[in-house]
Parts: sequence; structure tokens; C-alpha cells
Amino acid sequence: MSDTTLGAAEASSRAAVTKRLRTTDILFKGLTRGAALTVLALLSGIILSLVIGSGLALRTFGFSFVTDEVWNPVTEKFGALAPIYGTLVTSTIAMVIAVPIGLMVAFFLTELCPKVLRRPIAIAIELLAGIPSIIYGIWGLFVFAPFLQKYIQPFLIDAFGDVPVLSSIFEGPPYGIGMLTAGLILAIMVLPFVTSISRDVFDAVPPVLKEAAYGVGCTTWEVFKHVVLPYTRVGVIGGCMLGLGRALGETMAVTFVIGNAHKVSASILAPGTTISATIANEFTEAVEDIYTSSLIALGLILFVITFIVLAIARYMLMRIQRRIG
Amino acid sequence: MAETRNNAIYTRRKRRNAIATGLAFAATGFGLGWLVLILGVLLYNGVGGLSLSVFTENTPPPGSDGGLLNAIIGSIVMTVLAVIIGTPIGLLAGTYMAEYGRHDKLTSIVRFINDILLSAPSIVVGLFVYEIVVGPMGHFSGWAGAVALAVIVIPVVVRTTEDMLTLVPDTLREAAASIGLPRAHMIMRIAYRAASAGIVTGILLAVARVSGETAPLLFTALNNQFFSWNMNAPMPSLPVVIFQFALSPYEEWQKLAWTGALLITITVLALSILARSLTARKS
Repeated sequence: MSDTTLGAAEASSRAAVTKRLRTTDILFKGLTRGAALTVLALLSGIILSLVIGSGLALRTFGFSFVTDEVWNPVTEKFGALAPIYGTLVTSTIAMVIAVPIGLMVAFFLTELCPKVLRRPIAIAIELLAGIPSIIYGIWGLFVFAPFLQKYIQPFLIDAFGDVPVLSSIFEGPPYGIGMLTAGLILAIMVLPFVTSISRDVFDAVPPVLKEAAYGVGCTTWEVFKHVVLPYTRVGVIGGCMLGLGRALGETMAVTFVIGNAHKVSASILAPGTTISATIANEFTEAVEDIYTSSLIALGLILFVITFIVLAIARYMLMRIQRRIG
Repeated sequence: MAETRNNAIYTRRKRRNAIATGLAFAATGFGLGWLVLILGVLLYNGVGGLSLSVFTENTPPPGSDGGLLNAIIGSIVMTVLAVIIGTPIGLLAGTYMAEYGRHDKLTSIVRFINDILLSAPSIVVGLFVYEIVVGPMGHFSGWAGAVALAVIVIPVVVRTTEDMLTLVPDTLREAAASIGLPRAHMIMRIAYRAASAGIVTGILLAVARVSGETAPLLFTALNNQFFSWNMNAPMPSLPVVIFQFALSPYEEWQKLAWTGALLITITVLALSILARSLTARKS
């Protein structure tokens, strides 16, 4: 009889343990699910807060906010054309330089570099991405901009002074700071992004394909150009878009060297501004509601642009991942 | 005739290959050159100002000597808080994605959104936190700065946690399930332990990322010329002080900015190398 009571006691204590385990299980699952939903809430929160914050400016100026060049805190008239223009120009300069160079570095690392050096060089290039943007900024302002002002910009102005279209692109006194300087610094910052993703996808090309091309007598460059690159095109574009996303949103490095001038100039040597540089420079000084709201509206525009670019990047990278497996 | 033409084509192809190879070498040299140049300039300008007073004195008024103590402490305090706030959320979200919902729709949506947050412009995060924390509180504060940094920590931790938990072999999970261990316990006792090096790497990378961030702090934590533990008041941080000092006309301030830049870079590079070596040893 004592046996059966012991059994009952044990059974109930076991039931209690099982129940406790089950409760923690359910709790933990709920907790992790909640955290996953928090990530979604974060993005919705960002969009929502930007939309609400920019409401006043967008209602006041309407569509002319994106087409108007005037940015005048005194008369409380705000148009975002100059920052949008500056953002696009600096990012374009960055991509035009960083994409070919980044691809060539990836070509070097996957096809030409001796095995021993691959990892160290790849890490060194990736360290470029790890350097905080404020370091690029201070370096750009004190070292790079004076260098450009003294040597490169006078040369560009002289060289293209008589060429019809180029003369207006490289016009004006060599300030040192300006859109070209910002674009060049962005190029250095974007380079590691392009390189590291290209390298990953180049490495994933099935060796059989490359060997077949070598077998019919292709040179290393021909194998790269006609086999590796077409096979990985989606991934390479994805990597470039990821870099573009960084270039568009980069703040500190640009703020130091852009010159903060709300002007749309044809010359890339002229000082300008970008969306992020405008926000960084002016947000704490903005006292009036409409000023703050206009800056938040700039932030919204930036977020929408980068969101689209990054979404395309992720979609492309997902496609190449599926292909490579 | 045909042979000379073939020879011409052959030579041209070889020449093209040589040019492309040369360009690839040049491009790599170009990339490495910038790294050397930036680090070199940083060392050259920063080391001179490195002295004990940098760590023992507060940021000076214009035109006099001082250190970066308040900025360093401010940065550390806000970074630690950001990690304390951000890591649990990131860790749990990554856990859901790798353990509970590896194949469900929510996971793929969260993964997509998280990847976008990972590379979203950090200045936008600053605006967001300004709206939700600074606005309601009515003033800039160290808390707002910590929250802004936490928003940047979360996606980094989510990503590495998910990746590292996915690498844990399923046989470990099955073994745990076969002895009757509930899922939550399997995750906490087995999966986390197996993925611990990777998870720590993620946190280190997040700290590295956050310690150089300036944009989200500009209008959340703002700045403070004085030493302060008060999280309810504006708080100085190393990146913001560098920003302010570098753009100032005062030589002492610019010198301190270079020293601060050197400190941040050393910290960030050391953290990312440490993180790398942790995972390298594991694999």
C-alpha cells in the first residue's frame, strides 16, 4: 500500500515538473517570437515616426518640396532639390570608381592571388569597411581635401577647361572640399562592400565551368569576363546595390568635406550638400517646427530611397544564393 | 597568311590578359594603399597627443589643454547600455528565426527587414529616436543616445545569432530531444552553448560598429563639455567630440580630435580582429 501512495506522489511531482517544463517552453517560444516581431516593429516605427514628423513640411510645401532648390531657414522656405541632387551626384561618383576597382580586386583575389596571401589581403580590404566613418571624415578634411585642392583639382580644371561639356563639370576654383571629394571618399568606403560580396560569389562558381573554359584555351581574363562574370551577374549587382545603399546614407564622412552649400551646381568641384549631411549639420540648430519637420522629411526621402535600393540588393543576393545553393 | 592572322589574334588576347592582370594588381594595391595611408596619417597625427592626461582630464574649453575623459566614459556608458538593451532582443529574435520558425513566413520577412535595418542609414535611426525619446522627454539625454545605439546593435546580433545557430548540427538537437529535453531547454543548454563563440562574435561586432557611430548620437545624446554620469542629461561621446573638435578653428581641439580618432580606430579594429579570431578558431 505504501508503494502505491509513493507512486502517486511521484506521479504528481513528475506531472508538476513536466508542467513547469512545458510552461517555460511556451514562455520561451513566445519570448523569441516577440523579439522577432520587435524587429518588424522597429522598421514600422522608423517609417511611422518619419512620416508623422515630416507631415507638417510635406503638407506646407507639397510636391514642390522635392523640386525646389531654395532652402532658407529665415524665410522658412524649404526645398530638398539641392540635398537630393548632392546625394545622387556623390553616390554616382562613388559607384563609378568603386565598382570597377572593387571587381578587379575581387578578380585578383579569386583568380590571381597566391593562396597564402588571399586571406590577409581580403581581411585588410575588409578592415577598410570597419574604419568608422568619422575617421574618413577627419582624414578627408585635413589630408585628402588639401591634397586634391593642391594637385588634382587644378589639373582637372586645366585639362578639361576647353572641352565643351567637361569644362562645366570641372569648373570653378579648387576649393578642396566639394562633391568630388565627398564622392571619392565614398568610393573608398564602398570598395570593400563591392569586393567582399563579389569575391564570395566568384568563389562559388563551379570549378568545372572554369576548367572547361581553360580547356578550350581561354586566358584568365577571358575566363573571368565570359564565364565567371555572367554566371554571377545577379550577385555582383546585389553587392553593388548594397554598396550604393551605404553611399547614399553615409553621413559623417560626407559632412566633413561636402561644404554644406544648398546649391545645385553642374560642377562637381563645387561645394554642395547631401541629405544626410544637411540633417547632421542643421538638426540641432533647427528651432522652428517647420525647419525640424523639413529635415525629418529629408530623412524620410533618404530612407525611402535607401530602402528601395537595399530591397533590390537583398532580392538579387537571394536569387544568387538560390542558384549557388 | 592565316597563320599570321592567328598569331595577331593570339598576341592581342595575350596582351589583353596582361593588361587586365596588371589592372587587377593595381586595383588591389590601390585598395591596400588607402588602408595604409589612412592608418598611417592617423598614427602620425594621433600618437603625438597621446598622454596620460587624455584619460584623466575632461574636454577643455577652447584654447587650453585637456583630455577626453568625459567623452570616453560617455561612450563606454552608452555603448554598454546599448548592448544591454539590444543584445537580449537580438539574441531572442535570432533564436526564433533559427530554432522555432526556421522555415516559416515570419522568419523570411524578419530576415529581409533585418538585413535592411543592418545597412539603413544610421542618421535615420537618430531621427527616429529623436522622435520617440527626445521629443516626449523634452530634452537630449544619455538614455536617448543609448536607445539609438541599441537600435543599431539589434540587427547585427540578430544576423549573427541566426547564422551561428543554423550552423549547430541537428544531431545535437535530436540527441537532446531523444532524452526528453523540452525545446526551450535544448536551446538554452545545447544550442546556445554550441554556438557561444559565434554569438559572442556577434556582440563584439555590434560593439565595434556602435563605438564609431556618430550620426545617431548627434541629436539624441548631443554633447556635454563636463563629466557626467547623469543619463537624463546630454552626454558626451568620443565620436561627437571628434566631430565638434575637428571642425573647430582651435589647434588644441583639432589635436584632441586626432587623438580621439586614433583611440576609436584602435578599439574598433581590435574588436573586429578579436571577433574574427574567435570564429576562426572555432571553425
